[in-house]
Amino acid sequence: MDRASRPVVAEFDAVHRHYRMGENVVRALDGVSVRIHQGDYFAIMGRSGSGKSTMLNILGCLDRPTAGRYLVGGRDVSQLDDDALSEVRGREIGFIFQSFNLIPQLTVLENLEVPLFYQGRVGAESRRKAEHLAERVGLGKRLEHKPLELSGGQQQRVAIARALMNDPLFLLADEATGNLDSNTEQEILALFDDLRRDGVTIVVVTHNQKVADRAEFTLWLRDGRVERLDDNRRPAEAAP
Amino acid sequence: MIRDSWRIVKLGLKSLMLHKLRSSLTTAGILFGVASVIAMLAVGEGASQQALEQYRDMGVTNVLVRSVRPEETQQSSSNMWSVLDYGITYAEADRIQNLLPQSQVVRVREVQRGVMRGEAFRVTVVVGTQPEFLEVSNMKLAEGRWLTDLDLRNQENVCVLGHSLARLLFPLENPIDQTILAGTEDRFRVVGVLAAQGRAAGPNGTTYDECAFVPLTSSRRRFGDTIRNLTTNRFELTELHEVKVKLASSDQVEGAATVLREMLRPAHQTRGDTEITVPLELLQQEEESKRMFNIVLAVIASISLLVGGIGIMNVMLATVTERTREIGIRRALGAKKKHVVQQFLVEAAVLSALGGLVGVALGMVVPRVITARFDVKTVVLPEHVLLAFCISAAVGVVFGIYPAWRAANMDPVEALRHE
Ligand SMILES: Nc1ncnc2c1ncn2[C@@H]1O[C@H](COP(=O)(O)OP(=O)(O)O)[C@@H](O)[C@H]1O
Ligand SMILES: [Mg+2]
Repeated sequence: MDRASRPVVAEFDAVHRHYRMGENVVRALDGVSVRIHQGDYFAIMGRSGSGKSTMLNILGCLDRPTAGRYLVGGRDVSQLDDDALSEVRGREIGFIFQSFNLIPQLTVLENLEVPLFYQGRVGAESRRKAEHLAERVGLGKRLEHKPLELSGGQQQRVAIARALMNDPLFLLADEATGNLDSNTEQEILALFDDLRRDGVTIVVVTHNQKVADRAEFTLWLRDGRVERLDDNRRPAEAAP
Repeated sequence: MIRDSWRIVKLGLKSLMLHKLRSSLTTAGILFGVASVIAMLAVGEGASQQALEQYRDMGVTNVLVRSVRPEETQQSSSNMWSVLDYGITYAEADRIQNLLPQSQVVRVREVQRGVMRGEAFRVTVVVGTQPEFLEVSNMKLAEGRWLTDLDLRNQENVCVLGHSLARLLFPLENPIDQTILAGTEDRFRVVGVLAAQGRAAGPNGTTYDECAFVPLTSSRRRFGDTIRNLTTNRFELTELHEVKVKLASSDQVEGAATVLREMLRPAHQTRGDTEITVPLELLQQEEESKRMFNIVLAVIASISLLVGGIGIMNVMLATVTERTREIGIRRALGAKKKHVVQQFLVEAAVLSALGGLVGVALGMVVPRVITARFDVKTVVLPEHVLLAFCISAAVGVVFGIYPAWRAANMDPVEALRHE
């Protein structure tokens, strides 16, 4: 399907995020506008201090813009209160972190159920879903294991499965392969490619050119502004 | 809903298991607080029940006037043969009846005698009294009959035996219509046996179970008014040892006690040879002192639970700091502040409730040990146990509020960045 005809899942409309540091104002984001359509595979790159983390936090509804609008699935969330933002995170966003961030005292199954628990949706169905997703990331036999009994790559697979539990509008991955060796990195990236083929929207923040190269678009940030937006699609693919 | 609650509790347990030693040490404060409170309450309750039982047995509608042997002066004790004259008289008993016409007045004489039947012998108290004694003392007959007005009028040589005395003198036979010997020459025919009272109440450390009961008039005729006290070897002139006054209802007790005190004061106050006992007053005093005891206990309990609670707060603050990252993760995955509060409150409550649970177990064992070792009556009331447990869980919640609040108000971004 034509990209333009797919719905916009996340939209930055002149988003600013300023930090006041005494007399100075740090413009971590300084008027960023971008549209992410359903099924897009986006990489956000830039030098250290360019605003990547800030953008990720706002994309993930962990933070709010100081000016401008941010729309998730067409809904303006830039003015929502803490509870409402939690709700949006829980329903619409799937987080994948650099350090996996599984909860150590919980089993794989229980970790997978956490996102649904906060929506009061834990039960037989959530269990089936967890089993299904664990199967999909290749960990169907590890449901009763604790995270620390798994390798880094396996933990990150669990984290990916967890991010998919709530059928999010998009996945948000923060240096998802930063803690993995290059073989494992390739496996995870291949899994992303798989998900992408199934229509999952993916946004990755990364330093790593190899990671960014797998994405369709690379958004380059510099000093809180969009420096450029690269279209990495092969011409055949890009041409509608 | 219930499944979710159980899930939160289970999560709390799992998180506590991350630091088994630390968690157990933290619960120790609560544990010993709860255990000692339950144990102390059990001891207090036991003592109080015992006292209350005793006073209730004396009769809450009764006022008891007893004769008390006065302190002997050197002069009087120097003469072995002088007669010690003290106590309440027949005339006074009659006046009491006149002053309180609605009441039942029972006259009691207590004469110490060796009582014998065949080989069996026992020094005990032969109680001379009237038919009303049975009702006023709230005692029951097991066999035969009780003393009657006719027995008194005829000064019959009949007796009714207390339960354990009957057992002792007649281990095998039926005592009814048998004869016992009191002292060296006075024979009494047994006409009845009392049911076991199992009470401490009775004259001079002897329980009524061990006494023999004879008509008041027979006691006077057979033993005389002047009696040699077997303990002090002195002759004593005492007409009555006790007058029991039973009022129609307990709200007349106070007034009657005042009347009796007024009446007896002129003749007896300086010698101090009578004593008025008002079981109802003792009962009220006991209840008052029990209330005081409970207040003191509540203060001690509060202090120990406060200490336990501070321990819990301390550990929960440490836990929250250690698990900052987990809090960030949960927030990112959709947890609202209230969910985080809930999680840490439940964890604190589980921690202290575990302490409370073990404390309850310990608190129920300790009184048994005390009873077995020191022969002290203890009573563990279920409501005390429940109260102690609920308070221990509540302590966890109260002292968990601040740590949970801290956890919930962390900035998710900061929390996720935390190492
Ligand atoms: N909480 C904050 N308070 C003040 N300044 C901040 C804060 N977070 C980020 N910044 C500043 O915002 C700018 C962008 O930071 P960041 O988004 O972390 O960049 P990147 O992730 O690309 O390295 C930096 O100059 C940084 O110092
Ligand atoms: Mg950064």
